Amino acid sequence: MAKIELNNVTKSYGAVDVIKGIDLTIEKGEFMVFVGPSGCGKSTLLRLISGLEEITTGDMMFDGQRVNNVVPSERGIAMVFQSYALYPHMKVYDNMAFGMKLAKSDKGEIDRRVRNAAKMLQIDHLLDRLPRQLSGGQRQRVAIGRAIVRDPRVFLFDEPLSNLDAALRVQTRLEIAKLHHDMNDVTMIYVTHDQVEAMTLADRIAVLRDGKLMQVGTPAELYDNPNSIFVAGFIGSPKMNFITGEKAQAEGATTLGIRAEHIDLDEGGPWQGEVVHAEDLGSDHYLFVDIGTDEPVIVRRSGKLNVPLGTRVGLRPRPQDLHRFGPDEKPIRR
Amino acid sequence: MPDINPNTAPALATPAEPHKGSPSLQRQRQRAAFWFLAPMLIALFCVAAWPLMRTIYFSLTDATLSNLYDAKFIGFQNYLQVRELSSGRTIYRGTLVDPDWWNAVWNTVRFSVVSVAFETVFGLIVALVLNAEFKGRGFVRAAILIPWAIPTIVSAKMWGWMLNDQFGILNDILLNLGLISQRIAWTASTETAMKAVLIVDIWKTTPFMALLILAGLQMVPRDMYEAAKIDGIHPVKVFFKVTLPLIRPALMVAVIFRMLDALRIFDLVYVLTPNSSATKTMSVISRENMIDFDKFAYGAAQSTLLFGIIAVFVAAYIWIGKVDLSGEKSR
Amino acid sequence: MSNRSLLNTMGFYALVVIIVVFACFPFYYAIVTSFATGTQLFQVQYWPQQLSWTNYNAVLGNSTFVRSLFNSLFIASLTVGFSLLLAVTASYALARVRFRGRGLLLMTILAVSMFPQIAVLAGLFELIRFLGIFNTPWAMILSYVIFTLPFTVWVLTTFMRDLPVEIEEAAIVDGATPWVIISQVFLPLLWPALVTTGLLAFIGAWNEFLFALTFTSSETQRTVPVAIALLSGASQQEIPWGPIMAASVIVTVPLIVLVLIFQRKIVAGLTAGGVKG
Ligand SMILES: Nc1ncnc2c1ncn2[C@@H]1O[C@H](COP(=O)(O)OP(=O)(O)OP(=O)(O)O)[C@@H](O)[C@H]1O
Ligand SMILES: [Mg+2]
Repeated sequence: MAKIELNNVTKSYGAVDVIKGIDLTIEKGEFMVFVGPSGCGKSTLLRLISGLEEITTGDMMFDGQRVNNVVPSERGIAMVFQSYALYPHMKVYDNMAFGMKLAKSDKGEIDRRVRNAAKMLQIDHLLDRLPRQLSGGQRQRVAIGRAIVRDPRVFLFDEPLSNLDAALRVQTRLEIAKLHHDMNDVTMIYVTHDQVEAMTLADRIAVLRDGKLMQVGTPAELYDNPNSIFVAGFIGSPKMNFITGEKAQAEGATTLGIRAEHIDLDEGGPWQGEVVHAEDLGSDHYLFVDIGTDEPVIVRRSGKLNVPLGTRVGLRPRPQDLHRFGPDEKPIRR
Repeated sequence: MPDINPNTAPALATPAEPHKGSPSLQRQRQRAAFWFLAPMLIALFCVAAWPLMRTIYFSLTDATLSNLYDAKFIGFQNYLQVRELSSGRTIYRGTLVDPDWWNAVWNTVRFSVVSVAFETVFGLIVALVLNAEFKGRGFVRAAILIPWAIPTIVSAKMWGWMLNDQFGILNDILLNLGLISQRIAWTASTETAMKAVLIVDIWKTTPFMALLILAGLQMVPRDMYEAAKIDGIHPVKVFFKVTLPLIRPALMVAVIFRMLDALRIFDLVYVLTPNSSATKTMSVISRENMIDFDKFAYGAAQSTLLFGIIAVFVAAYIWIGKVDLSGEKSR
Repeated sequence: MSNRSLLNTMGFYALVVIIVVFACFPFYYAIVTSFATGTQLFQVQYWPQQLSWTNYNAVLGNSTFVRSLFNSLFIASLTVGFSLLLAVTASYALARVRFRGRGLLLMTILAVSMFPQIAVLAGLFELIRFLGIFNTPWAMILSYVIFTLPFTVWVLTTFMRDLPVEIEEAAIVDGATPWVIISQVFLPLLWPALVTTGLLAFIGAWNEFLFALTFTSSETQRTVPVAIALLSGASQQEIPWGPIMAASVIVTVPLIVLVLIFQRKIVAGLTAGGVKG
């Protein structure tokens, strides 16, 4: 419900610059995901938006209003923490109602909103329990419920699923997607380490590195048209293959990038090498082929593939899917 | 050290840019912090900083108990006064040339060093015992808390009774064991008075030391011992090479706390060995001058000196040992 | 089990026994003595010969001693209550809010708690006379703040630091002011720490001697340690050991019971504060 603009925002802790000048606009109702290596400043950026940390320089706008000095509770945000951060001594109901009680809202209104949110998340039978009497998944739902009750303009999530087991993570991920769909127009900002979460949830992904924004775009844009070697390597699993040296120069690039699924097995292919390792993931099959580069090239084929180790194979990258990068690590436009 | 001047009060950080409208979160919190700290700081100022300053002031006057307010400022004469007699002889007076004072300094230092040394060794032993797994560990830990819980005055009286020359149980035990040939007047005789004080203090404070060291020991990962055991390293060597370096910080903190405590000892000495010059400490002699002998200013000078000694000691210890007492850095 | 390890085990348990006996014997002996009367006092007894309540009756029948019990109780409770009140907010600020000079302030507070009390005696004496509270409980309540307040602030700060940051941030997002965070979020989580800290400070105030000795002049205003220290018999020669031991047992038993009940918490509090009790 809110459009968020960051204009040249920086954050320093003493002499340490953590966020180094970020310009970013997050549209109304958008689902924005922040990704990046550990320590790159994702959480810090989220906390700057929440108001829990103060920006050092720059401007932050919510719907065109400058909020640099507005306290978190007046920004119309709600935050879901990795560790849930429920109040241990309050029942689920009171946990969810705490914010509205502090805002001195009408009792009936509080009750209505808490029960609505609880129903939405199917935790209405847990309202009388204390957090310690809940499972991890239930706690995270209460935390999300607490955010919903606040009826915020912006939802902020900091790795909300990383404490859950794999199955629960998938389920809760779907719920968050559904939540975004149901609460149409609410803006969501989501920090994660998980590729799949980022690709499936995001309208747009922002890739951060070392306090700077590397690229912002839809998942498909980032996947198909990364604007740097860093983004190309960061998005996608398995990691994109990078080839330097003669083979890259042959294509007129300093570094050549090609995703594992964009390489065909072809005896007459330009790259020849030996299979040094193979992984069978059931649906997919990865071949690690040593073609004389620093690291083996990964080739991904669907279905079963029976290639014994040591076999010599030929590889042919699909020309239209080759990424050519220049010496500045940026793609070479043709 | 204890003065709470405005510089140590929370300084509100100036924001990076002039802020318009409502103050930011950080500013609001700092403002709240200021008001949260203010009552405590005022209270501490009233009971610590102000009286300390007055004590120092009194030490520079000729105040007596009955005449606190009309006291004259006499400079450092309570500390050291040099006078030329008409006969040409110079005489020195004041605390710094007072043999009783230096006797008290010597007693205090001797007491502190010996008691802390013994408490550290015994504390380590008790802590190592409590750190082992054995049946009844909880019971032993409870038992060693007893000396700590007993008020010092009560311990002094209890031990005074046990150390009694005629009816004391300690003499009885030692006589029966043949360790002594005649009863000893532990608390009265100048030779043994200090020993008596040390015995009681060590008995009473070793538990505290043991608990602090135990806390340090429990932070040493158990795998460390297992690994050493598998490697066949002798336990004594493990102790000196592994355990001791790891608990060094905890030990340093425990020793400094105990040392500071020992340097200011008053109650045990006052009750166990009253008026014995063999045990009279700095605190005892200061109070005696101040209150009992009506040399208020003179006593104030002595307590100022004690304060100075302790301040120097703490500064040196922190500086040399790089002890992180506030725990700020290890967060 | 080899002979050697058997020997080791026996040595270990012997050490344990020695520790326990050393720790407990003086108190045990005080109890034995407190039940002895007359000439029994003058023969060393290792076991109680009889259970005579004479000494206890003498002590509890002594109205000034009973009075000093109440004095001590009143003084210690009020001091601790006052200290905790100030310490809760102060420790929140010290543990949770970043501001310049925080480390220095913490060090100062620690320094005050380690302070040689004799150094403020003269100044306090003047202050107390000026306030006209010499020889009243208020003199002790005022002066005990010098060690109970820094101690409680220090220990509560270490406890307060350990509370999770995210809970506080959740509360901030919910619109809680610092005061609401303390009173509605942290205090309910901290009450075990409060009980421990309060108990330790109470023991400290209960046991204090120097100020109590100096700031009282009449028997009725004395606290328990002073009363016991100055409990005297008819003549100098005749120290009333029986009643003294009975009084000692009376003031110590509640402390020991409390300490044993709160054993674990006390150990945590002592080591968290790293400050003497
Ligand atoms: N209060 C602080 N003081 C100093 N440096 C800090 C502070 N908070 C964070 N940092 C530093 O800022 C950088 C960014 O931290 P941040 O928590 O935002 O990383 P992140 O991208 O969320 O990492 P992760 O994926 O591991 O959660 C880190 O290098 C961190 O050490
Ligand atoms: Mg993070």
